[in-house]
Amino acid sequence: MRAIWIAILCAMLAACASTSEQTPAGVEDRKGAEARGVEAGGPSGVGLTDAQRSALTNPSSPLSKRSIFYDFDKYDVKPEYRPLVEAHAQFLRDNSGLKILIQGNTDERGSREYNIALGQRRADGVKKMMILLGVSEVQIEAVSLGEEKPRAQGSTEDAYAQNRRSDILYPGEY
Amino acid sequence: MSRLELHAVTKIVNDQRAAIARWLAHALGALLLAVVALPASAQLTIEITGAGEKRLPIAIVPFAGEGALTASISSIVRADLERSGLFRGIETPVMQPHPTEASNVDYAEWRARLADALVLGSVATRPDGKFEVRFRLFDVVKQGPLGGVAYTLTREQARATAHRIADYIYEKLTGEKGVFATKIAYVVKRGNVYELQIADADGANGYFVLRSNEPILSPVWSPDGSQLAYVSFEQKKPIVYVHSLRDGRRHVAANFKGSNSAPAWSPDGSTLAVSLSRAGGSQLFLVNPDGSNVRRLTRSNAIDTEPRFSPDGRYIYFTSDRGGSPQIYRMPASGGAVERITFDGDYNVSARVSPDGRHLAFIHRSNGRYQAALLDLETRQVQILTDSARDESPSFAPNGRMILLATVIGGRGVLSAVSADGRVKQRLSVSAGDVREPAWGPFIQ
Repeated sequence: MRAIWIAILCAMLAACASTSEQTPAGVEDRKGAEARGVEAGGPSGVGLTDAQRSALTNPSSPLSKRSIFYDFDKYDVKPEYRPLVEAHAQFLRDNSGLKILIQGNTDERGSREYNIALGQRRADGVKKMMILLGVSEVQIEAVSLGEEKPRAQGSTEDAYAQNRRSDILYPGEY
Repeated sequence: MSRLELHAVTKIVNDQRAAIARWLAHALGALLLAVVALPASAQLTIEITGAGEKRLPIAIVPFAGEGALTASISSIVRADLERSGLFRGIETPVMQPHPTEASNVDYAEWRARLADALVLGSVATRPDGKFEVRFRLFDVVKQGPLGGVAYTLTREQARATAHRIADYIYEKLTGEKGVFATKIAYVVKRGNVYELQIADADGANGYFVLRSNEPILSPVWSPDGSQLAYVSFEQKKPIVYVHSLRDGRRHVAANFKGSNSAPAWSPDGSTLAVSLSRAGGSQLFLVNPDGSNVRRLTRSNAIDTEPRFSPDGRYIYFTSDRGGSPQIYRMPASGGAVERITFDGDYNVSARVSPDGRHLAFIHRSNGRYQAALLDLETRQVQILTDSARDESPSFAPNGRMILLATVIGGRGVLSAVSADGRVKQRLSVSAGDVREPAWGPFIQ
């Protein structure tokens, strides 16, 4: 009975079309989930080739670095992170079929919604820099997670500094 | 601020049949909700941390025969009224025979017990297995009945009935509508699990409508209370959904490239205002709740977010940093000139318009503390409502009397409610979890 409920819900949700401009969101079944309330699923990313993956994870390559950190209330990419952004821009130019997600983050202080806007400004800053470096705009989506996904827990200056961040994610990583 | 004089009424004016018909219509709606309801794993508990200066003493005698119901109607009515901060329940003696709404009232005795108001009632079991609850409210000072209602209910509807009785008493004695039968929505985070939950205004009957391993935020009720719009991160980015509470179905309202967040309903339910980054930056857009007819509202190089319609639908209030720091602005909902509303301090965000349109609740930062504040839109005077440091997400009760907030106490996320005059305070928490993102639902029609 429970499985039927979930199946019906999923079918109904999958059938919910969005407007042509928009991306529909899928909802997937989760084993062991309680029925009736909606269980949210995650995106299904298309993976990288083995060669791309090894290039991105080689610890001696700047491509293995994915995070740009910010000062309080700032969203400009500091000079020390410029080589990192340039390396990824080069990689995206060489692999023009690849798409990335840039996620902007903030520390926990202040309004959650306003922090989404602040995180967006950070992610947009990285995106703009990459476009200036010759990456096609269609390869990049800049989004914000606001204060919702802190890397470091706690309400210390150190945790805040860890959480004021943009992350570059490749397919299969989000 | 408190208007607690008793209104003298000389005769019982209630058309009981109409009341029962209204109630049955509501009960049917409640039944539909119950189909998609799933009990939440932990109940929201409410503790009163501050009360009004002057509380009206009211004696609510246990209803004769209420032991037949699992929930004590009189206890729930008393708890509701006390939680408002405007009433003080008086202990009642054991009386033989047990009085009912039809009994003769010895006003002198209740006056001697310092009661200003008295509630008597009874519960009868009907042959069809349902119950009939009757009650009558009396003005002890002026020595006369103020009114009464009879309800037919099933065993499961005892709590809901008690809330409606409390609403009736509250309205008779204060002159404003009660909110005890309304719902609240909020997000509970336990570990990495997020649940969007709905509960009765007293925290009971909580159930989740969405569970996710990614954050959920900014729930807002449609004006008729049948839908919630919210932001979910389940696709690793903020996307706005509209979720029907009747059948649990939901659909995407805004999922454009970039971030989609901060939904707000127009008062007629026909439009959502949202903040989208699809055109670069965070800008305000209007969209139909089904995701169609997207049109841009603001054009700035700044952050524009957290839109809210005024109750008359004419204005949209929002947060913008176009002046260098985040402040509250407003503009006509049809577009046009933008007017700055807040000037005091360098961080004023999350504006919510009171149901009568005369005040703004918002979050004000001073000396590193984030506190709920109330702005009188006519005089532009600002009053700080709390002494906390991490207030967020204010939400007005539909009668405008209380403001529900998220705050942090002892490192844990809890909800707190504060009266618009800052006097009455409550705290709502769950065991082993953070509660946040409260949204008080509308009056139930």
